[in-house]
Amino acid sequence: MVALTSAAGVAPAPRRHRVRVWRGLVLGIAAAYFLIPLYAGLRFSFQDDAGHWSLYALRAIPSQIGFTGAFWLSIKLAFTTLVGTLVLMVPTTIYVHLHLPRVRRLLEFVTVLPIVIPPIVLILGVLRAAPIWLKASPYLLSLMYVILTMPFVYRSLDAGISAIDLKTLVEASRSLGANGPQTLWRVILPNLRAGILSASVLTLALVLGEFTMASLDLWTTLPVWIYQFQQTDGHIATMVSMLSLIGTWVLITVMVSLDRSESRRSRRKAEVA
Amino acid sequence: MSQAQANGGSSGARVELRELVRVFGRTRALDGFSLDVEPGELVALLGPSGCGKTTALRALAGFELVDHGQVLVDGHDVARVSPQDRDMGMVFQSYSLFPNMSALHNVGFGLRMRGVRSTARRDKAHELLELVGLHEHAEKYPHQLSGGQQQRVALARALAIEPRVLLLDEPLSALDAKVRTGLRDQIRSLQQRLAITTVFVTHDQEEALSMADRVCVMREGRGEQTATPAELYSRPTSAFVAHFVGVSSRVPVRRDGATVGLWGQEVTVRNADLTARDVDAVLRPEDVAIVIDPAGPASVVHKSFLGAITRVTVSVESAEVRVDVRSDMARDLNHGDRVALSVVARDVLVSPRDGRVDVEED
Amino acid sequence: MSESGLAGDADATRGADELSAARVASGVRRWRGLRRAAAVTPFIVYVFLGLGIPILAVIDYAFRNPKGHLTLANVSTITHGTYLLGFENSILLAALTSVIPGFLGLTLAYAIATSRSPFLRRMIATASGVLANFGGINLTFMFIATLGSTGILTSWLAAIHLNPWNLGFNLYSFYGVAFVYLYFQVPLMVLVITPALGALRPAWREAASNLGASTWRFWRHIGLPVLFPSVLGGMLLLFGSSFAAYATAETLTAGTVTLAPIQIGNLLNGNAISGQENIGYAIGFGMFVVLAVTMILYGLIQRRASKWLR
Repeated sequence: MVALTSAAGVAPAPRRHRVRVWRGLVLGIAAAYFLIPLYAGLRFSFQDDAGHWSLYALRAIPSQIGFTGAFWLSIKLAFTTLVGTLVLMVPTTIYVHLHLPRVRRLLEFVTVLPIVIPPIVLILGVLRAAPIWLKASPYLLSLMYVILTMPFVYRSLDAGISAIDLKTLVEASRSLGANGPQTLWRVILPNLRAGILSASVLTLALVLGEFTMASLDLWTTLPVWIYQFQQTDGHIATMVSMLSLIGTWVLITVMVSLDRSESRRSRRKAEVA
Repeated sequence: MSQAQANGGSSGARVELRELVRVFGRTRALDGFSLDVEPGELVALLGPSGCGKTTALRALAGFELVDHGQVLVDGHDVARVSPQDRDMGMVFQSYSLFPNMSALHNVGFGLRMRGVRSTARRDKAHELLELVGLHEHAEKYPHQLSGGQQQRVALARALAIEPRVLLLDEPLSALDAKVRTGLRDQIRSLQQRLAITTVFVTHDQEEALSMADRVCVMREGRGEQTATPAELYSRPTSAFVAHFVGVSSRVPVRRDGATVGLWGQEVTVRNADLTARDVDAVLRPEDVAIVIDPAGPASVVHKSFLGAITRVTVSVESAEVRVDVRSDMARDLNHGDRVALSVVARDVLVSPRDGRVDVEED
Repeated sequence: MSESGLAGDADATRGADELSAARVASGVRRWRGLRRAAAVTPFIVYVFLGLGIPILAVIDYAFRNPKGHLTLANVSTITHGTYLLGFENSILLAALTSVIPGFLGLTLAYAIATSRSPFLRRMIATASGVLANFGGINLTFMFIATLGSTGILTSWLAAIHLNPWNLGFNLYSFYGVAFVYLYFQVPLMVLVITPALGALRPAWREAASNLGASTWRFWRHIGLPVLFPSVLGGMLLLFGSSFAAYATAETLTAGTVTLAPIQIGNLLNGNAISGQENIGYAIGFGMFVVLAVTMILYGLIQRRASKWLR
């Protein structure tokens, strides 16, 4: 902040220059802090115990005990959570925006709660309160993950809805003769695509990395497996960890770029027309 | 009030903008723009969006650096002086009041920055709020004030520092029509009373014409014409100005020396410098008269009632001409009626035929 | 969503006496009200089952002994000794890793917001979204590889005789955990504060400068006071996020650092003397109390800081 200060009477030109230097410095430090650990993690995964370059960790992954099971469990949980969260949150958020504007504040408050309430305390309560048959199923985690993702999902959807004039769009669609479901399918959802997409991305990222609840519910999801396996072989564990990270990034990039090329295509179509 | 008047001595600087050039990427926002503002004068910069009027004002305030040219205040070049040391009070388009300060503290802010003691600051701020008629709202925060009140506080804030020049950047554009006219008169009378040199940016011709001592019509980074409102309206030097200020119609004519032939009439050309033969005559609605004539060359296309007068659009040959008619006379004119036209102005402006100007509306 | 049928019903009654028309209208209104309530029922039921019941269960068990009798013993146990230390450490950690990343995140967000590259802005927005949800085992591995005793940053610094481990730094300690938390706390702050920065109007900056304020004085009198409520809100969120965090601290220190969530985990994993299972619930309850007090403090400061908003 101090670097921002400029003495009175200094001409604008050097000040602009100084601001640019200051900004470069801040961004540089941030980049170092966020990129060096990534680089370190990657380098460690591609080393063997002697510190030499090696792909052994990569090759060894599939044959490790428990890996496949943990991997598929995480994938299954991620997608059931995604479906659950979208089915619950999308209609509710849209409906509240359209018909119950006074409930919006309440919804905002309720969806912040999962940020404030520690997941570790929440799972503590769940383990006591859930019926036995549900505790026996890994999908109890999916049900809880829907709660955990709520803040991010609601915020994404809310931002998406606020960016468009939902009420006018719906009224226009209805006045042109579309019924409720047609309006939802052809007008609301396409316009909310960006919001739904970012909600989905955040959901997947959160579930694929969740450790607290899974480990205390005693299910070996991918993060739990990695943690347990580090005692066996640190390089393999780190390699899996980095791969899961990269996998999440790739997933996000693909989804975001799909959306972008989609919107670009429709824009081009509009230009031709 | 009396103190503000007494302090008027510090105002009334002379402002000269000389050949300002400012380039943003490929667009030349200012392209050799010059303007002189006399002490105590109010000059309006008028033009369509993107004409460079805001850039000119911001260059004067110091927010925009010019690539070329000089900004002189009382003969001193202020190009290297930073905005906070220029002593220019500025009123922005809207929402420029500091939201975390009451009206009173907003008005006192400039004095605080100048190290004025808090009691003196309070007195001065109260005095200025009284000047703009908001004394009873002194303790309110910006969001508790209406748009018009906010702009009045912004004006008081700009005046509190007794600026050498007052800069107004479309201060009325975000307000309702009613509030706008009221505040327009208030700003003008304050400005005249304090005799403060003022530059006013607007895209609203009515605002410019009703408030300014002189109006500078800008186009593509340059001054097209700078003149008093009356002169600008009645003697525009270009078709662009004629088009932008007031209403005008264009009629293709053939020029014959110093005159053109219009509907069988010989009319003197005002701008003799143009040499082309095929030109357009630029006509104001009141330059032309209508006579009902079943054998006339024109026919009525459209009427729009404007109160005392009715604006009648007639089609004649390939052109459409708008003519103002007293409303009681216009009652007899119906769509499709044949009419004859005559020029009642003593001379007309002509402009090159290909140089059609499309004035964009904001 | 199909209102046409209802409208048809209402039409059919036209011409009947006004009383019955009014009755139908009120019937329609009541029906619509019910339908609206029904539309949000799944959400409310879900939140009640998934959030309400577990919270109530935690509070309930905090006040019961293993036999199910009501008792204050658990709550009194956690206000002493190692459990008290756990709370103290957790609160200190949360305070450190909300205030420091709060300012760092604000600075970073400002640097991004004022940059003219839309690419940079979009990229950092996406990255912040991902990094803010980052944590646990992946983060632990990355930092072990960076600042562990044989990590690369450690070896780089050792090469210039600044080996942090020789200077008293220990990644697997309280301060190590705090340093690692920056990795998700700073992006979280960037994410939260960016919209508030967007609401900082350039006109304020220019008006201040026009009235004679230097950059520093603009920030002191306008910029920071205007941002303060949002910054405070962001820091509260950071406090909650850090106070609740379990995965990173657990995996980094293998459960050795004394923090309230880690103690819950240890008790739940059976690393506790029998008969003490319900202590974990008491700690959970204690964490609710800390969070509630924080929220109340926040509310009080917020009221003062944002009196110009009301």
